[in-house]
Amino acid sequence: MKEMEIKLTPEELSELASRAKAIRGNIVRMVTEAKSGHPGGSLSAADILAVLYFAEMNVDPSQAQNADRDRFVLSKGHAAPVLYATLAEKGYFPKEELLSLRRINSRLQGHPEMKSIPGIDMSTGSLGQGLSAACGMALAGKVDARDYRVFALLGDGELEEGQIWEAAMFAAHYKLDNLTAFVDFNGLQIDGPVAEVLSPLPIPEKWQAFGWNVLIIDGHNYNEIYDAIQTAKTVKGKPTMIVAKTVKGKGVSQMENIADWHGKAPSREECETFLAAIEGA
Amino acid sequence: MANQLATREAYGLALKDLGDRNKNVVVLDADLSKSTKTNVFAKAHPDRFFNAGIAEQNLIGVGAGLAAAGKIPFVSTFAMFATGRAFEQVRNSVCYPKLNVKIAATHAGLTVGEDGASHQSIEDVAIMRALPNMTVIVPADPAETKQVIDFAAEYKGPVYIRLGRAAVPNIFGEAYEFQLGKAALLADGTDVTIIACGIMVAPARHAAEQLISQGISARVLNMASIKPIDTEAIIAAARDTGAIVTCEEHSIIGGLGSAVAEVLVENTPVPLERVGVKDTFGESGTPGELLKKYNLTEDAIVAAAKKVVSRKRA
Repeated sequence: MKEMEIKLTPEELSELASRAKAIRGNIVRMVTEAKSGHPGGSLSAADILAVLYFAEMNVDPSQAQNADRDRFVLSKGHAAPVLYATLAEKGYFPKEELLSLRRINSRLQGHPEMKSIPGIDMSTGSLGQGLSAACGMALAGKVDARDYRVFALLGDGELEEGQIWEAAMFAAHYKLDNLTAFVDFNGLQIDGPVAEVLSPLPIPEKWQAFGWNVLIIDGHNYNEIYDAIQTAKTVKGKPTMIVAKTVKGKGVSQMENIADWHGKAPSREECETFLAAIEGA
Repeated sequence: MANQLATREAYGLALKDLGDRNKNVVVLDADLSKSTKTNVFAKAHPDRFFNAGIAEQNLIGVGAGLAAAGKIPFVSTFAMFATGRAFEQVRNSVCYPKLNVKIAATHAGLTVGEDGASHQSIEDVAIMRALPNMTVIVPADPAETKQVIDFAAEYKGPVYIRLGRAAVPNIFGEAYEFQLGKAALLADGTDVTIIACGIMVAPARHAAEQLISQGISARVLNMASIKPIDTEAIIAAARDTGAIVTCEEHSIIGGLGSAVAEVLVENTPVPLERVGVKDTFGESGTPGELLKKYNLTEDAIVAAAKKVVSRKRA
């Protein structure tokens, strides 16, 4: 890890911590209420989304379709709860609606649907497809000479999809330096550790070999997340991949590093315990 | 025949013209721009042409992202790869969010020719037609191709345009106007209606002429708009002529023949014969040899028309 250059103020850090806490609490609540969903990989990405939406991205819920806005593509679409919780926290739609996740007639589909919820920049869910769409958005920004930035969040298991590497080549070839992607490197996928299921390791070296600028950070450290995003902005002619080391289930000690919490909902009793753990963290 | 042009060649020219007029149009290809003819656009508008390489899944995904950001992407490769290799990207990244991506796929059907079965897409209409939010168009000649490309650029939503490798005779004059969901009447008749699309429109017309000498009066419809399909024209044809023949350079499963059959059985059931590829793969050969071997000919249409008329009278 390089020397920290750009630091958030104590006030900013405190706001991010409180936003991330609220996001985590809502992830647990909504998945419990839905009795299905993906809490583990949502919790591991909560700090990254908190920094993006509350310290970085130029987005405004009152102008959700502004052509000059920054874009975010949740390529690991199963982490929809973290995106919904973040967008509600940001004011895109009422927080009460979060409890309708995965219900019939709800806008909150099991995986993100861009036509139903304002603030969702791309429909995702089938793994491997989001990074290509993010490339298209970044390319449009270049063609139209707009200075927005495009962010994408990938899962580490998702790197097993071939399309990711097609997109990796494309982004580097077309010098999409307005594109910054994250790998939520929590090390676990449904069937177990990524290294055992079908190893995508080593991750940073692969992206370097594909022509990307690569940064490795602690994906739960706000200063490191923020600094990496700022560093990416200064890199010209290359897209940046931020390999964020994370903990699946982060913030709920009972869930941390357990692959089984990839796609399982807590019981109501567990929910109360987990919410207390988040509050106490 | 003189002045013959393949629909892919008409596409390249139409796309270049469209690009001159509409700065929002961008074009993507997958290392086949010389074959799909997007190289005509690329030469005129190099800043709006992007080669995605031999990577069709990403090709479609990048198209989706460009559309999400307000551009009008025309995405081209062979029909096999656009709809087969990248099927799920077309479904989940384009059709589900109803993004404004135009998939103009060339080298459809058996007339790819010598490349053989691996490159002969005979299922593309079936699988594109099954996708919600997708519009499916199969132009018959250069004039119609130009109309369809201009239409697609104006239309908001995904469009699949099926284009061919081999040259086709002109069917339409310059005054022709393509209308989505509308069949074009090429000849009227009373005993049977021949409904055709793409390269099968020309042999369908010739078949109708041949049938006259055999005492059968055939109506001929060009059905470029496969989805939405012209339900009214099909029902009217069933009522007026009582028998239908469909002709397509595609499997008889899932394409034009199936689309027409669906309308018929739900409205006005009448005898139907489907001229198309009979649930088999193609092989290497010249386009002419292949069309003959797989019964995609004027004579095959005549035979089907006679058969369906006899079934009607039985």
